[in-house]
Amino acid sequence: MNYTNLSKVAVNALRRNKLRAILTMLGIIIGVASVIAMLAIGQGSKKSIQDQVSSMGSNMIFVMPSQQRMGGVQLGNTNSQSLTVNDVEAIIKECPSITKVSPEVRSSGQAIYSNQNSPTSIYGVGVDYPDIRKVKVKSGRMFTDREVKTSAKVCLLGKTVITNLFGENADPIGLTVRFGRIPLTVIGVLEEKGQNSFGQDQDDIILAPYTTVQKRILAVTYLQTISASAVSEAKSSQAVEELTNVLRTHHKLKEGADNDFDVRTQAELISTLSSISNILTILLGAIAGISLLVGGIGIMNIMYVSVTERTREIGLRMAIGARGLDILMQFLMESIMLSVIGGIIGILLGIGASSVISSVMKWPVVVMPASVVLSFVVCTAIGIFFGWYPARKAASLDPIDALRYE
Amino acid sequence: MKKTIIEVKNLRKEFHVGEVTVRALRGINMEIREGDFVAIMGTSGSGKSTMLNILGCLDKPTSGDYLLDGLSVASLNKNELAALRNNKLGFVFQSYNLLPRTTALENVELPLFYNSKIKAKERKEIALNALEAVGLADRMHHTPNQLSGGQQQRVAIARSLVNDPVVIFADEATGNLDTRTSYEVMSLFQELNAKGKTIVFVTHEPDIARFTTRNVIFRDGHIIREGDVEDRFNAREMLDNMPINTDYE
Repeated sequence: MNYTNLSKVAVNALRRNKLRAILTMLGIIIGVASVIAMLAIGQGSKKSIQDQVSSMGSNMIFVMPSQQRMGGVQLGNTNSQSLTVNDVEAIIKECPSITKVSPEVRSSGQAIYSNQNSPTSIYGVGVDYPDIRKVKVKSGRMFTDREVKTSAKVCLLGKTVITNLFGENADPIGLTVRFGRIPLTVIGVLEEKGQNSFGQDQDDIILAPYTTVQKRILAVTYLQTISASAVSEAKSSQAVEELTNVLRTHHKLKEGADNDFDVRTQAELISTLSSISNILTILLGAIAGISLLVGGIGIMNIMYVSVTERTREIGLRMAIGARGLDILMQFLMESIMLSVIGGIIGILLGIGASSVISSVMKWPVVVMPASVVLSFVVCTAIGIFFGWYPARKAASLDPIDALRYE
Repeated sequence: MKKTIIEVKNLRKEFHVGEVTVRALRGINMEIREGDFVAIMGTSGSGKSTMLNILGCLDKPTSGDYLLDGLSVASLNKNELAALRNNKLGFVFQSYNLLPRTTALENVELPLFYNSKIKAKERKEIALNALEAVGLADRMHHTPNQLSGGQQQRVAIARSLVNDPVVIFADEATGNLDTRTSYEVMSLFQELNAKGKTIVFVTHEPDIARFTTRNVIFRDGHIIREGDVEDRFNAREMLDNMPINTDYE
């Protein structure tokens, strides 16, 4: 029997039991649709995380003091004071792959204006900080080198701080806010950045010269972070190497001693976050895959019922000249058709569901061609795998017994 | 002398049920020639069904020779037997065995699907001719549940004719039919026989056997009697003389 005949016979058999065929397909349809939709959601979240992270600056490098051990006790990294302004100057001078460097020192406290106050964080930074961190000044201006040197009492405010202290759409430039006891003149407003991928509000921020924060607010000499940007993304690993060497020399670390600082790059951050969303994708896909498996078992079940129900038909077909192989192929073809047609409908439904999810729930959704191809292949495989045993059972029937079967 | 279609020599068939051996056929010798219309008769357990299974190449004998149209069947494997059934044999069963929800034409076409030499176009034409031969060309698009028992059996006969077989095997083909319809079916078989078809008809009803040309009677795995039918019934004549059934008017 050739394949045209075979598929004709299979289609006829399915047509004879339309409702049952559709219900059986439903298992596969739901399975495939959920696999496609789940993978699309997983991929969407991965892509949006990557986009967000790279919007923070793609060739960024952070240096933080590393955790220190003291008698076996891990001390938090904020306690360590290994980074200083000298390090910043050394990096600027001695690292050719690094273009911009900014020290960073943070403090949290209350920002106060007239009778309003708001808890916020003040970031003491250098003049290059906006370029490195992709922060833009919306109105007013950034502070200058001179203001950094003189520890000027100036600041730039983020949107959230302005809303909390002055109300929506207020223009605070020229006014004076207090951070703790220190009055700071507002010289600029920062452009909104929204939440970052950790859910932190990036607009709840006050920028001030790092000297001001170090001397006037915290009264410290160390830095919490050094941000730097490499010449290009490709050069970032070279930049990390140079930076590490420079800091080791300046910190007078002996050969073999551990670094007293940690260097992180944006690329590492992206890969860490991606691996989290990959786990999410796998998890969602696996749950959806289970429903696909259940759909496959449904096909197997129905094919067994079908073989039993059509025992006499099988006997007749054998009597009029069907070989075992013909019977095997007929039932295999039926189950493959069930799963493949179900799979195609499922793929369409999955793509449809993904676009509904993205438009109704505003979730980022990316349907990958690979997942479509994969589910199609899996469907065919399910048809063959779960159709095989019922088909074998049909093919191995004895024609005499099959003809007499009641 | 007519050509010999079926030649059976010292045929034996044993079944093993647990530790018991059942001897269903105990040395059968038989010959069926072209154009014969043979009735195989016997009570249940006489071995006639086993005989039909072997003659129909659905089963293999334990020992003995079987030549079908000059071919030794014993040496063939399963697939060769299937091809043989497809090319040379026709089957008509007691319960018709038509595919449900499938039109008469498609049912008749069925054996041709398993013959790769026949193209899709020819298939329909051949099937239609076979339906015409049993007088049901106008019912070709009807499904079995839209046909009466007699019509269903005629579709089944058309299906057995479609591959132009050397011999048609009918297994209690009138068993499910009332007297009148049985006679109609027998009349059709007589017609086909008159055109030269060889038919082997298994039945346990003596009056049905009288429509055939030769009777072979089985008992306990032996042939106990064999002979030509002397006062043969003519189904067409009997139908014409039958009072018309008014039960359903």
